Amino acid sequence: MPLLTRWYVKTAMLYLVAALLLGALMAGGRLVRLPAVVLIAGPAQIHLFVVGWLTQLIFGIAYWMFPKASAERPRGSDALALFTYVALNAGLLARAVGEPWSAVQATPVTSVLLVLAAVLQWLAGCGFFVLAWPRVRGR
Amino acid sequence: MWLVRAALVYLLLGFTLGAVMLAGKALGHSAWIAGWIPIHVELVLVGWMLQLAMGVALWILPRFGAFGPARQAAWAWAAGGLLNAGVALVVTGAPFPGRVLELGAALAFGLSVWTRVRASGISAM
Repeated sequence: MPLLTRWYVKTAMLYLVAALLLGALMAGGRLVRLPAVVLIAGPAQIHLFVVGWLTQLIFGIAYWMFPKASAERPRGSDALALFTYVALNAGLLARAVGEPWSAVQATPVTSVLLVLAAVLQWLAGCGFFVLAWPRVRGR
Repeated sequence: MWLVRAALVYLLLGFTLGAVMLAGKALGHSAWIAGWIPIHVELVLVGWMLQLAMGVALWILPRFGAFGPARQAAWAWAAGGLLNAGVALVVTGAPFPGRVLELGAALAFGLSVWTRVRASGISAM
């Protein structure tokens, strides 16, 4: 299993725990008093689960298991693969912080965080597309 | 192969729309973003994830089932066609016929792979 796949899979598992923990906290907000930033973290929680866990796990396993691009560079550009991993996670973290914070009190900092999150996650999607496309081919 | 490629295209579309929505939220355009959420969800969950799962299953499951390769391939093509037509209808504002086509895709996919799911002879589990 390539090093980057191990990072993807282990990071995905951390996001799974984080998403379920945040979900439990949000549900617990009906029983105990919690900060508003936790109670309105629904969109961030869904994206921790769907992007942080599901998409990240798919990216990692596809990077490992898809047919080789070529004998010389079996998984395409290593630099682009690393950039994709970093952009996905930096973008998701910026979103996880910026989105609930923005919902409580929008500031220029939260706006910058959300735009940064949007751009980084979009770049990660483009990076994965570029890496995966040439590796999808018939038998 | 074509299902996985189509899934990659939907990944790009879904991520692009998601990025526009998130940036729009940062710029204070939350009202119109709410209307795009079902389209974003459809592109990402059905167009990308469901279609990728179907494509990888068709690639990785044991190749020969009870129907023979030609009929399996025909059902797989039907599944891909119905799914993509269904997603296209849902995101363009026709959810009911879109969902019916997606149901047809699920049935065609099931017919394509059902008999390919079998014991390997290596493991009892």
